[in-house]
Amino acid sequence: MRLWLPQASSSAAESDYLMLALVLAACAVLALVFGLIFVYVFKYRAGSGRDRGAIMEKTWRIEVAWTAATLLVFFGLFLWGGDLYVRLFRPPANALQIYIVGKQWMWKAEHQGGQREINALHVPAGRPVQLVMTSEDVIHSFFVPAFRTKRDVLPGRYETLWFEATTPGKYRLFCAQLCGAGHAQMIGEIVVMPEPDFQDWLAMNGGTGSGSMAEQGKILYMRNGCSGCHGGIGAGGAQSASTVPAPSLAGLYGSPVTLDNGEVVIADEGYIRDCILVPEKRRVASYPPIMPSFSGILGEEDVLKLVAFIKSLAPEVQR
Amino acid sequence: MSVAEIEAPKPGRSYLTEGLTIRSWLFTTDHKRIAILYLITITIFFFIGGIAAAFVRYNLIAPEGMIGSAETYNRLFTMHGVVMVWFFLVPAVPVTLGNFLVPLMIGARDLAFPRINLLSWYLFVLAGAVVLYALFTGGLETGWTFYTPFSTLYSRGNVAAAALAIVISGFSSIATGLNFIISIHRLRAPGMTWYKMPVFLWSLYATSVILVLATPVLAMLLLLLTFERIFHIGVFDPAAGGDPLLFQHLFWFYSHPAVYIMILPGMGVISEIVPAFSSKPLFGYKFVVWCSIAIAVISFLVWGHHMFVSGQSLFSALVFSLLSFMVAIPSAIKVFNWLGTMHKGFIRFDAPMLYAIGFIGLFTVGGLTGLFVAALAADVHFHDTYFVIAHFHYVMVGGMVSAYFAGLHFWWPKITGRNYPEMWGRAAALIIFIGFNFTFFPQFILGYLGMPRRYHSYPPEFQDLNVLSSAGATILAAGYLLPLFYLTWSLLRGERASANPWGATGLEWKTSSPPPSENFAVTPVVTEPPYNYPLREATHSHV
Repeated sequence: MRLWLPQASSSAAESDYLMLALVLAACAVLALVFGLIFVYVFKYRAGSGRDRGAIMEKTWRIEVAWTAATLLVFFGLFLWGGDLYVRLFRPPANALQIYIVGKQWMWKAEHQGGQREINALHVPAGRPVQLVMTSEDVIHSFFVPAFRTKRDVLPGRYETLWFEATTPGKYRLFCAQLCGAGHAQMIGEIVVMPEPDFQDWLAMNGGTGSGSMAEQGKILYMRNGCSGCHGGIGAGGAQSASTVPAPSLAGLYGSPVTLDNGEVVIADEGYIRDCILVPEKRRVASYPPIMPSFSGILGEEDVLKLVAFIKSLAPEVQR
Repeated sequence: MSVAEIEAPKPGRSYLTEGLTIRSWLFTTDHKRIAILYLITITIFFFIGGIAAAFVRYNLIAPEGMIGSAETYNRLFTMHGVVMVWFFLVPAVPVTLGNFLVPLMIGARDLAFPRINLLSWYLFVLAGAVVLYALFTGGLETGWTFYTPFSTLYSRGNVAAAALAIVISGFSSIATGLNFIISIHRLRAPGMTWYKMPVFLWSLYATSVILVLATPVLAMLLLLLTFERIFHIGVFDPAAGGDPLLFQHLFWFYSHPAVYIMILPGMGVISEIVPAFSSKPLFGYKFVVWCSIAIAVISFLVWGHHMFVSGQSLFSALVFSLLSFMVAIPSAIKVFNWLGTMHKGFIRFDAPMLYAIGFIGLFTVGGLTGLFVAALAADVHFHDTYFVIAHFHYVMVGGMVSAYFAGLHFWWPKITGRNYPEMWGRAAALIIFIGFNFTFFPQFILGYLGMPRRYHSYPPEFQDLNVLSSAGATILAAGYLLPLFYLTWSLLRGERASANPWGATGLEWKTSSPPPSENFAVTPVVTEPPYNYPLREATHSHV
C-alpha cells in the first residue's frame, strides 16, 4: 500500500506544506476534542462520586475566547491557501504554451510545432508550461496529482493551467469531472523529460508532415477565406488586397482592443476564439458587423491552429 | 374535558389508538401520525439509497470494477446521491422528529396548518414515486449534481423525470418549512419566550428559513434544466450563447445551504441530548442559538467554494474561501459548547448519548476536513477526489445520520410508548461508529493520493484502500440494519415507557408516552428556562 505521492512540480512541495499544516491543525483540534470527551466521560460519568465543584454560569468570556482563537487560525489558513492559489493561476510570461482539447473520452494535446499526442503529454522539466485548454463536448477536468493541480476544461471557452515540472518521470493524468460512461477511462500520462530529451522528442515527432500549428493555421486561414477580408499572409496581414473593411490581425494578440460598446479588452486566445466562433459576442469597434461565425465549420482543434497562426503574426514574436 | 383527563390521560389512550384503520392514518391531520408516515417513507428511501451504496462499494473492490458496466455504475452512484440527499437527508429530521416534536415542544395541539402538513407528505410520496420511476426505468448517469452540458445534451436517461421529482419534493419541503416557521411564531404556549425555546426548535427554525428561501432557486434551476434538455433553449449551452457555469452557480446557491438544511436539525438533536445525559444545562445557550442563525445566513454566501477550479474569477474564489472559513466558526463554537456541557456533568451512556458522542467526534472530523477544501490551494488538489467524498460523508453520515439515530432513540419511548432494548442500542451505536470510520477514513488517503470520484475503474495502486473501505462498509451496513430489527421488535415487545424515561426537561416529556391526540390535557404554562436540569451536588459560583 503506497501512502505517499511524488512531488513533481515546483508548487507540489508548497501544496504539501499547506496540507501538512492543515493536518497538524486538525490533529491538534481532534486531540483536544477527543481528549476532553475521554476525560469527561471518565471523570464526570454519573457513577463517579467526584466533587464537581463550582459550575461555570457566566460563559461569555470563554465563548469569546474560543471564537477569537478559531477566527485567528482560520484567517491564517485562508491567507496561506489564497496566496498559493493566486500564484498557481498566474503563469510566468515565458511559459511554453501547449494546447489541450478534451472530449468524451480522451485528452488531445498539440504542441506549437505541430506534434500531437493522445492521452499523453510530454513536457520539459525545469521550464514553466502553460496549457490552453478547451472541450469539444462536456466539462472535463485536467488533474495531475503529482503536480497537485487541476483545472476544469469547459466547452466554449479557454481555461489555462500552468506548472513547472521538476522531476523527470511518468505521472498520472486524470479527468476529475464526471463526463459520462468513459469518465474513468479518460486517463493519461504526463511524461516529464529533461530539456534536451524533450527537444529530441519534439524533433522526432515533428517530422510527420503537416508543419507547426501556426503553419497549419495559415493553411486554414487561406482555405476558409479569412484572407479575403483580413488580408493575405505575410507583411503583417496587410489590407492592400482587401476590399471589405476588416481589421488587420498583425500584432493583434496581446494588444488592447476597443469593442463596439466602448469596453477595452486584451486580445488573448479566448478573445480570438470568440471572434471566430461567436463574433457577435465581443465585436471590435469601427468595423461593420459582417464577420460570419465559423461555429460548426471549424472544430476546436482547427480554431486553436488559427489562434496559433494569428499569434504568430504579432510584431514581437511570442516566446 | 373531565377532571380525570386533566390529571393524567387514561393509560392506553393515545394518538396511536385514536383510529386503527388504514384510512385513519392516510387522512390524518395529526402531526404525530404524519411524522410516523414520514418515518416509514424515509426509512424505505434510506434503505434504497443504502443498497445503491452497497453496490458502489462492491464495484470498487477490484480496479477494473466488479460490475461490468460503467453505465450501470454511474446509475448506481447517481441513485445513491439523489435518493440520499433529497429523499433522506434533507427531510430526515424535520419531517419525522420535527413534525412529531415541534407542537409538543412549544406546547401546542398541532402545527399551524395540519392539512398542509398532510399535503406535504402526499407531495413527498408523489415525488418519491416519480424519482423511483426515473431511477428504475433507465436511470440517470449525471451524478446528483446534474452538471451541464453533460446533463442537458450528452447524457442518456430520465434526467427530466428526476428533476421533476426533486421539484415536487421541494414543494413538500417548503410546505414543512412554512408550517414550522409559522407554528413557532404563533403557537408557543404561554410563557414560552424565544429564549425559553429548546435549541432543537431554534435549529428547525433556521432550517425552515433556508428551506423556504433556497428551495425555489432549485426548482427554478431544475425547470431550466428540463427545458434545456427537452427544447434546447440554450441557457447552459455555450454553442447557443449560454453558460454551463451558470448552472453550477445556481445549483450550489441551493445545494450549499442544503448542506445546512441537513446538518442544522442534527445539531439541534445533539443540543437536546447532551444536556439531558449530562444532567446539566446547555453550556452557552444563547451562543448556540445564534450560531444556528449565523450558519443559516452565511450558508447562502459560500456556494462558490464548490467552483475553485471551475473557471470562476480569482477574486470570487478568494471571497468564497474567506466566507467558507467564516461559516465553519459557528459550527466549531457549537462543538465547544457541547463539550462545555459535558464538563462537570453527570454523564450517562445510554444509546442516544453514545450516538451523540459519535456525532461530536465524526462531525468534528468532517468540519476540520472542510477547512482543507476551503483553503484554496489545497482544494485545487482535493477537489473532485475521494477526499471530498470522505469529508462530506463524515458530516452527512457520521454527523447527520448519527444525530438522526440519536434523536430516534432519544424520543423513541415518547413516539411509540415503548422502550427500545438498551444493550442493542448501545451495540449498534458502537458498530456504526467503527464501521463508519473503517469505511470513510481510507477515502481521505485515497483522495490525497489523487483518486478522482465517480470512477468505475481505477489504477491498481488504489486497490488496497478501496478494499479496506468496502470491508468497512459491510460493518456499517450491519450497524444500520440492527436498529431496523430491534426497533421494530420493540414496537411489539418493548417494555412500556414512562412519560419521561430519561428525566429530561422540555414540554414533550410532560405529557404521556405516547402522547394523546391533543398532546396536552391542558395548555402548559412555561415558567422555567430551557434545560433546567437539577445540578446534583452542584454548588453555585457567583462570578
